[in-house]
Amino acid sequence: MIRIVLVLFLFLFGGASPLHAAENALKSAAFLPQWSPQAQFAGYFVAYETGIYKKYGINLTMLPGGPHSPSSDFLEKGKADFATMWLSSAIQKRSQGVKLVNIAQMIQRSALILVAKKSGGIYKPQDMNGKKVGLWRAEFQIQPMAFLKKYNLNVKIIPQSFSVNLFLRGGVDVASAMWYNEYHTLLNSGLNPDELTTFFFHEHGLNFPEDGIYTLEETYKKDPALACNFVKASVEGWLFAFSHPEEALDIVLNHMSKAKIPANRIHQRWMLNRMRDLILPVDKSIPVGILQPLDYEIVSHELKQSGFIKTIPDYHSFFVRCDHRAEK
Amino acid sequence: MLKNRGIAFKLIFFFTLSSALIFLLIFSFNYRFSRRVIEKNVEDNARNLALSKVNRIETVLVSVRKIPENLASFLENGSYNEEELLFLLRTVVQNNPEIYGAAIAFEPYAFDRELPYYAPYFFKHDGSIEFINLGTVSYRYSYLDWYQIPKELNHPDWSEPYYDEGGGNILMATYSVPFYKNVGGKKQFMGIVTADISLGWLQEVVSSIKVLQTGYGFLISKNGTVITHPLKQLIMNETLFGVAEARNDAQLREIGRKMIRGESGFVPFKSIASEKPCWMYYTPIPSNGWALAVLFPQDELTADVTRLNQTVIILGIAGLLLLSVAVAFIARSITNPLREMARATKMIARGNLDIELPPVKSGDEVGKLSEAFRTMNESLKEYIQQLTETTASKERIESELKIAHDIQMSILPKIFPPFPDRQEFDIYAMIEPAREVGGDFYDFFFIDDEQFCFIIGDVSGKGVPASLFMAVTKTLLKAKTLWEADPGRILTKVNEDLSRDNDACMFVTIFIGILNTKTGALRYANGGHNPPLMIRSENNPPSGEGGHEGFSGDVGFLAVSKGLVVGVMEEYTYKTDRITLKPGDSIFIYTDGVTEAMNGQGELFSEGRLKKQIIELQGRSVQEIIAGTVEGVHSFSHGAPQSDDITMMIVQFRGEKS
Repeated sequence: MIRIVLVLFLFLFGGASPLHAAENALKSAAFLPQWSPQAQFAGYFVAYETGIYKKYGINLTMLPGGPHSPSSDFLEKGKADFATMWLSSAIQKRSQGVKLVNIAQMIQRSALILVAKKSGGIYKPQDMNGKKVGLWRAEFQIQPMAFLKKYNLNVKIIPQSFSVNLFLRGGVDVASAMWYNEYHTLLNSGLNPDELTTFFFHEHGLNFPEDGIYTLEETYKKDPALACNFVKASVEGWLFAFSHPEEALDIVLNHMSKAKIPANRIHQRWMLNRMRDLILPVDKSIPVGILQPLDYEIVSHELKQSGFIKTIPDYHSFFVRCDHRAEK
Repeated sequence: MLKNRGIAFKLIFFFTLSSALIFLLIFSFNYRFSRRVIEKNVEDNARNLALSKVNRIETVLVSVRKIPENLASFLENGSYNEEELLFLLRTVVQNNPEIYGAAIAFEPYAFDRELPYYAPYFFKHDGSIEFINLGTVSYRYSYLDWYQIPKELNHPDWSEPYYDEGGGNILMATYSVPFYKNVGGKKQFMGIVTADISLGWLQEVVSSIKVLQTGYGFLISKNGTVITHPLKQLIMNETLFGVAEARNDAQLREIGRKMIRGESGFVPFKSIASEKPCWMYYTPIPSNGWALAVLFPQDELTADVTRLNQTVIILGIAGLLLLSVAVAFIARSITNPLREMARATKMIARGNLDIELPPVKSGDEVGKLSEAFRTMNESLKEYIQQLTETTASKERIESELKIAHDIQMSILPKIFPPFPDRQEFDIYAMIEPAREVGGDFYDFFFIDDEQFCFIIGDVSGKGVPASLFMAVTKTLLKAKTLWEADPGRILTKVNEDLSRDNDACMFVTIFIGILNTKTGALRYANGGHNPPLMIRSENNPPSGEGGHEGFSGDVGFLAVSKGLVVGVMEEYTYKTDRITLKPGDSIFIYTDGVTEAMNGQGELFSEGRLKKQIIELQGRSVQEIIAGTVEGVHSFSHGAPQSDDITMMIVQFRGEKS
């Protein structure tokens, strides 16, 4: 009963402000990044380590992410209050009946790219015809498949592991890569950018914004202030990381070594820089973390076309704008 | 800047500079040459060292390679059952110490139509041989590099090095050989045979490379991953390209690219470990395309040369200093006498000829110069002494001349009007000597109460003789006038006296007039003098009397009988002329200094100009006429120096006051 009153109080009198929050007891929450620690999640680690979450009244628990901890499972089972996920995965889950809501769309552009060696004669999509294309599994295939369909390409698809060696040795002509990760690995395996052709999906009308922050509809409704404070703190963490990159890298590398993951500062620096390109909207008037209706439409449409979903969930029930809420 | 420096400075500067240049040239050539020799040796040494290590590694890799290749060959050609297969695989692992583990991984369902994944794997663990089947649902090996790459490439391949997570964190690499089955004449992919080797020995081989004090070797994989390096944090964590990116070193990246492309080379390279400039030789390991590099620190290689060079530089600098001292010594031996001579010259210029001159120490050019200087000084002294004497005598003469001038001037009547109580006539005269003492003179005096005598004369020549002659003439004239009252006879007598014993052959022109101040009757005689100008008063129109020649208007030259200059011919009689002056008439007498006054263009003032001048001044007082004429002559000559004395005299007859 007291809790409901408190929530009501916060809701009515702008409890979202950190000042009020600080006066109250910290609220506990658990957060799961969708993958092992790396600069892809720098903003969250920075907000966590520099006390930004505490400032917003949250006593956060960072759950160790990785291949064995799928975000949607953790959210569904209540092991995590908040988690990052790809937009395409979240839409699928939502249409399958898992009541996920997007409370912030952090990444604005697809970082997933296709990459080919110019020495293999591939300069434009049509040059891929008849070539071997390495693709990752599941959600990583939606965009490439749509891309191949769009350009009516007939290629031999080779399942690709998470190493780039198959591509480096010539086992495939075209490889999947994350711009902030594998692409840099290629560069640091001795390939020069001018020797590579890159296919960014947003340049081909297939922009799938990736990492967003998700929670269960139920969790959100129970405490919208908590959810939105989490978003605000995270955004603040990201902005801090962009303006203090070396400090942010120290934090990320520390988390990586704690998780016993080989840490490479150069690589993480590249990743953090690319995250800035992906997170900060090109149009400066748009705040960080907004899911654009057009992007939502492209992704859901493509998912429906490919048969991953049957119905497109309503945009307004899927995405919650915390920035609007805070202004009330 | 250099222009104003002393000879000593210039000598030291240029000698030292050019010697330093020569020294530097020789030094740098020597340095380059010795370095090239060393570099050549280093390249050979580095290549030999790298190739010997590569050979050692290659030997092991080749021998390891044979095992899975033989196995693959057996699988392709022989028939087998599972039991035989496992036995064979186990034996291979057991009998080959360099092999850590071996597997035969079949394509899904290729070994058994019921079995999606079948991959028996034997490996060494704690001294015994263990077995697992790699093919489980959670370990889908068909997407892994060691399986997928040789499968897609259709040829055997060494994997990138990796840490074996199960086997105590040992660095491993896997050699994978694809094997096939012949189905209807076509090769069908069946699976992969692998052999894992520990890379511990390889790291030892490379770490054993020690060059001089800090030289080392390092190994990178086909992706550029650092496999061995003195900096432990780089190993398996960093590629050479990552290091290049961190250091923003494009050259390092380019070297890395050459290394993974399988090229060999000898390049300058900045050590990643010590940041020291090194020579690096890199060469690939043929089997797996990895690359070995050997670094030779440049400073250690060239330590001996550097030490030698330091000594050479010190010797060179000492030599240059010695040279400077020697040059300075020579320069001083030249410049010291020169400097002393310069000082002496300055003193001499100030007039001090008695100064001590620098002694002549040597017979060289400087010595000769000193000697010549001494001679010059003595000649100068002599010359100046003479000059001093001459000047002294000249000064004495000049002062005497001055006195003479004063005396001369004092003997001429100079008070005007001289007879203020005599109203019947007026007189005015002036003399302007060309030099201190001149030959011109004038004089006037009353012979008796009525007879007024006035004289003007011009002695030939100028200066002291002329003035003396003039004094004699003047005295004679005055003396004779006391005896004779006739101008002609006076001149005749004076001529007699002057001509006698006139060894200097000097002569004088004289005009003498005697005016009866009562009647205006003028008697006059002329001894070769310029004819005077007669100025008729406006009231007195010219009459035919006297035959006044060239009489124009009221001014004209007085008619005079021709008379010889005085003092030349003893027996000569001068004639007396007569004329009567009317009241207001004047007579203007002058010497040739007036008519022969010259202007800058060499023109003479001339009698015509004089006459014109007098006409202009007609009617004025005697002073004004003289002053006006003097001014006219001066403005004509316009400051040009005059060679002759200028003397003028005017006598005006007023007549008795009625």
